[in-house]
Amino acid sequence: MKLHTISLFLTLAAFWLLNSGHNTLFILLLGLASILLVLVIVHRMDVVDHESQPLYLTRNIFSYYLWLIKEIIKANIIVVKHIWLGNQSISPTLSRIKMSQKTDMGKVIYANSITLTPGTVAIDLIGDEIIVHALLKKDIDSLLAGEMNRRISLLER
Amino acid sequence: MFIAATFAIFVAMFLAIIRGITGPTLYDRILAVNMFGTKTVLLISLLGFVMGRPEFLDIAIVYALINFISVIGVLRYSDTNKLKHMPSDEKSLDKEL
Amino acid sequence: MDMILNISGALCLLVGSFLCISGGVGLLRFPDFYTRMHAVGVTDTLGAGMILIGLMFYSPDFLIFSKLVIILLLTLLIGPTTSHVLAKAAMQNNLKPKLQQEDNIKETSSSNY
Repeated sequence: MKLHTISLFLTLAAFWLLNSGHNTLFILLLGLASILLVLVIVHRMDVVDHESQPLYLTRNIFSYYLWLIKEIIKANIIVVKHIWLGNQSISPTLSRIKMSQKTDMGKVIYANSITLTPGTVAIDLIGDEIIVHALLKKDIDSLLAGEMNRRISLLER
Repeated sequence: MFIAATFAIFVAMFLAIIRGITGPTLYDRILAVNMFGTKTVLLISLLGFVMGRPEFLDIAIVYALINFISVIGVLRYSDTNKLKHMPSDEKSLDKEL
Repeated sequence: MDMILNISGALCLLVGSFLCISGGVGLLRFPDFYTRMHAVGVTDTLGAGMILIGLMFYSPDFLIFSKLVIILLLTLLIGPTTSHVLAKAAMQNNLKPKLQQEDNIKETSSSNY
């Protein structure tokens, strides 16, 4: 709990400093006051926990982001190619995909990564199945192969 | 270079607004409006660099947030069965009345 | 050094402009709502990302650089949320996607074009 509060304080302070750019004492005191006000409100709402500040993810998340950026660039090239090739070249598919994540955070990361990659959109989340609409049948096959699922399961530990 | 990119964004906004006018369903229109807003954020940032006034970036941040909230708000409003023009929905509306 | 920064920034802006225009063309060309959503995904992720990264190469000081990073993070967080909410609302209101036919039907129908 204490660790999450400190992390939220540091995030808010960095956001204030990067957005204002003034270094006079008065402005900095105003910033400190507003950060403390936000902390009080957030504690009364009881939302400072491991869900809003997922600190345990920070060990592995950066290598996952690098892999995700690579995937996004590849998917973008494919989708742009099919935009210019026209309607005959696409094969829209709706499919259910099993996932092996246990926690809610892992499920959300998986669904969000699927939506962030162009060519696949996660439509609904039912139990441990996810409904995906894909522009190409090939995308569903590569999701069923489970590379992304395996990498997100590594994040959860 | 900035001016060329600005014109490209204008072309993309024009295509989005054509889809927004001709879109067959409500969701096509909301999608086009969402893309229009995202392109506006990019346009504001580019115009800040064209005019040599990068303070425009603050406006771009605020515009991105307002765009998100407005799309979510329109979707919530469309769930109240007032905006839709599909035959099945009119039937369900009649049943409710 | 300045030369390299300018050239790479111009290159990123050019790629971003091309991606944005292709996304707009895809928005007009694709047959139904769910496929159009993928075209918007292109402009939301790499199109916006390339233009903002290209502007980062031209940024005169650190504050402007960090504001561009904040805009990029906001775009990447907001894009998937909006498209997921749109897709879910459309699916719950019985908007059926046009799916691929059986392979032989598709071949016969595409040979008519």
